[in-house]
Amino acid sequence: MTPTVVLFWAFSGIALVSAALCISRRSPLASALWLVVTLFALSAIFVALDAQFIGVLQVLVYAGAIMVLFLFVIMLLNLGRAGPSDVKGPWGLGVAAVLVGLMYAQLRTLPGAGPPEAIRLPEGTMAALQRERGMVQVVARPLFTDYLIPFEITSILLLAAVVGAVVLAKRKL
Amino acid sequence: MNLLGPALTVSAILFALGVAGVLLRRNAIVIFMCVELMLNAVNLTFIALAQQLGVAGHVFVFFVMAVAAAEAAVGLAIILAIYRHQETVNLQDLHILKG
Repeated sequence: MTPTVVLFWAFSGIALVSAALCISRRSPLASALWLVVTLFALSAIFVALDAQFIGVLQVLVYAGAIMVLFLFVIMLLNLGRAGPSDVKGPWGLGVAAVLVGLMYAQLRTLPGAGPPEAIRLPEGTMAALQRERGMVQVVARPLFTDYLIPFEITSILLLAAVVGAVVLAKRKL
Repeated sequence: MNLLGPALTVSAILFALGVAGVLLRRNAIVIFMCVELMLNAVNLTFIALAQQLGVAGHVFVFFVMAVAAAEAAVGLAIILAIYRHQETVNLQDLHILKG
């Protein structure tokens, strides 16, 4: 067991436990804070999987920006206190258990399959690439060359989202 | 050691937990957070596969994050607008579209 593998399993455990707590807490505020713990654990997992830059982005964008937005709305609507339980009754629980079990069984076949040998890079290629070029450039170079048009479209999407959010949330324009 | 299999397993469990949350809860904001959980499970899949299939996975995660940010902004604005009209975010109490 290398340290990377130990870290991976430790943070996987944290991520799964806090995700379970996130969906089971009554107060939306507690749910949001447990989700932040999950996102932090996921960013550590990303680092263990040779994606340091994405790990940093995960903390900055998800835990930093998106979750603050969620907490802000929860506080604004004064939903912080745990009200009466909003979990569905036994009927809903049964339906959810069946559907989730079915979907998990389908997803469970994924780890066994894996990508075909022919298109697989040799072990350690990503780590070597990052040592050679630096971890930001490895992501930035394809982003601004091969994926330039999707990148520009993303900026239009964000602009539309900003305009839409203002139109929806403003009382009087 | 190859972490692809374990990472895909963790991602499958996280995604299933997210779906369970969406199916079980009635609070619109909590359901929204469970959707974010599912997006993150998919991100984990991309990162795990990028280790063997090249850097495209990282770029896709970047785009997923941008879309998630846009979605959170618009979605929360919609929830705010609904709360202003109905005084609730409980999906059971929102049934004006029901026939």
